[in-house]
Amino acid sequence: MNRLGKVGLVIIVVFFIVAIFAPLLAPYDPREQMPLKSNLSTEERLKPTREHPFGQDDLGRDVLSRVMYGARISMRVGVSVVLISAVIGTMIGAASGYYGGWVDRFLSGFLFNVFLPFPSILLAIAMVAFLGPSLNNLILALSVIGWVGYARLMRGQALKVREFDFVTAARALGASDVRIIVLHILPNAIQPMIVQASLGMAGAVLAEASLSFLGLGVPPPAPSWGAMLNDARSFLRVAPQLLIFPGLAVMLTVMAFNFVGDGLREWLDPKQKRQ
Amino acid sequence: MTNQPLVEIKNLKKYFPASQNQVVRAVDGVSFTIRRGETLGLVGESGCGKTTVGRSILRLVEPTSGEIRFDEQDLMKLGRGEMRALRRRMQIIFQDPYSSLDPRMKVGSIIAEPLEIHSVGNRKERKDRVAELLRVVGLDPDYANRYPHQFSGGQRQRIGIARALALNPDFIVADEPVSALDVSVQAQVVNLMQDLQERFGLTYLFISHGLAVVKHISTRVGVMYLGKLVELAPAEEIYTNPLHPYTQALLAAIPVPDPDAKREAPQRLGGDVPNPIAPPAGCRFHTRCPFATERCGREEPEFKEVSPGHFVACFLHE
Repeated sequence: MNRLGKVGLVIIVVFFIVAIFAPLLAPYDPREQMPLKSNLSTEERLKPTREHPFGQDDLGRDVLSRVMYGARISMRVGVSVVLISAVIGTMIGAASGYYGGWVDRFLSGFLFNVFLPFPSILLAIAMVAFLGPSLNNLILALSVIGWVGYARLMRGQALKVREFDFVTAARALGASDVRIIVLHILPNAIQPMIVQASLGMAGAVLAEASLSFLGLGVPPPAPSWGAMLNDARSFLRVAPQLLIFPGLAVMLTVMAFNFVGDGLREWLDPKQKRQ
Repeated sequence: MTNQPLVEIKNLKKYFPASQNQVVRAVDGVSFTIRRGETLGLVGESGCGKTTVGRSILRLVEPTSGEIRFDEQDLMKLGRGEMRALRRRMQIIFQDPYSSLDPRMKVGSIIAEPLEIHSVGNRKERKDRVAELLRVVGLDPDYANRYPHQFSGGQRQRIGIARALALNPDFIVADEPVSALDVSVQAQVVNLMQDLQERFGLTYLFISHGLAVVKHISTRVGVMYLGKLVELAPAEEIYTNPLHPYTQALLAAIPVPDPDAKREAPQRLGGDVPNPIAPPAGCRFHTRCPFATERCGREEPEFKEVSPGHFVACFLHE
C-alpha cells in the first residue's frame, strides 16, 4: 500500500483501540459533571489544564474523555452501517447481476432508482426525524441509504464474473445458483467491495457527525463528536478547544478511511499502480 | 452397449435476441448423432454456431427449438432435478484455460468441486480421488495445493480435463480444447484426450475451428457454416473426398509443413461470413462459393446422404 494508506491504517488502528478501550483509557467518566471554578471568566474556566488536557465543557465534563468515548459511537455507527449495507447490497447486487433478465430489471432498473435520486443525507434526516433520534435509528437510516452503492458495484462485478468459463463449468457440473454465487462470484468480486467499504466507513462517520450536529443523532448526554461540535458552537470565541478536538477527531477518522480506501484501490489494482 | 447413439440432435435451433427485435440465428436447424465411444469433430469458422451446439447439448444455453436426446432421454423434457443427475454423465472442457479455472480456488478444490456438488465420498475419499485424477491427466498430485496462476496453459488445460473426468462421465464436449495452446502443447493434450477415451470409454464432441486439429482424434467430422451443418462424413472421407466447396476451402487452408511443397492453386475464400441476423437466401454459402449458380441463391440445398455415411448439403452432389 502507498504511504498515505499506511498512515491512514495507523490512524484507524489507534482510533479503534481508543474506541474499544475507552473505559480504561479515558481519565474521567464522559458524563460526569465536575465543578467549574465560578470565580473565573468563562474562558479561564473552560481552558485546558493539567487535569483536563482538552479542557472542560460548559457543564464541567472532561472533553478528552468525551472525545475518546465519542470514538466508540463513531466506530460503532461506521462498522454497523458498513456491515449492514454491504451485506444487503452484496446480496441484492449479486442476484441482480447473476440472474439478469427480469430479476435485474426489477432490482437495478426499479429498486436502485427509487433510492438513488434522493440526496442521501436528506433522506437520512427525514427517516430519523420520523423514527425519533437514537443510535439504532441512525444506523438504520444510514444503512437504508447506504446499500445501493454496494449493490450497484456488486451487480457490475457479478455481470463481469458470471461470463467466465469457470462459472459455466460449475453450471455444467450441476452446481446450484447459491453455490455459484457464494463460492465463485463473491470471492472474485470482493476486492472493489473492500475499497467501497473503507470509503463507506468514512461516509458513515461523517454522516453520523452531521446528523448528531443537527440533533438527529444520538441523544444527549451520549458523547458524540457531532453533538459536541454543536454544543461547542456557543463558546467558539472563548473556548475554541471545545470545537477543535472533536472536529479534529472527525477529520482524522474520515481522512484516514479515505486514505486507506484509495491505498487499497491502488494496491489491489495493478493497472493503477504508479512506478 | 446398445446400438442406439449416445447423443441425438434433431433440428436444433438457437436464436439469440439482437437489437431492434432482430434475432441472431446462431444455430438454425442442425441434426446429427454421436455414437457411443466415437469422437465427432465439429468444425467451422468463429460465429458458425459450433459452440452453441455443444452448449445446447449440455443445456448451458436453452435451445429455441429442436430435440436433444442423451442415452434415449429427451433432455428438453427433463426437470431440474433429473437434469442435474444427468450432468454427472456429461461434461465440458473449455477453450480458454485461463478463464475456465476459478483463480481464487486451489487446484484440489477445483477438481473436487464436482464430487462435492454430487456428494460423492467423504473428505478423505475426495482427496484421494483428486490425487488419482491429477495422476491420470499427467500432473503431480502435490499440485492440488497450488493456485491455477502457478501453471502453464497446457497444465491448466489438464486440470480442466481432470475436473471434467471427476464424475466418470460418458460424454464430454470439448469446446476448442487446444485452440488457445502452443502448437507443441496441442499434440500432447490431444494425445492425452485420446488415451483417456480408450481408458474410460468416453464419447467426445470435439469442437474446433480448423480441420487440422480434429484430424487425428475424430471418427467422423461435421462441418458447420452459418448455423447449419453443410457436410458430415467419416473422418478419412472428409479429408480424402471433401464434397462441399466450403469443406474443400477449409482443407486448403491447412498449412503444409514443407516449404517446397507444390500445392494446387488454393481455393481462397473471398469476403467474410455474412451477418447471421440476415443470412443469405438459398444456400448460405452461395455468396462466397466459387461454384455458385443462380439456383443456389434461390433454393436451399437439402442435407442428404450421397454415399454411405457421407452427408452433404450442396446442389453439386445431388
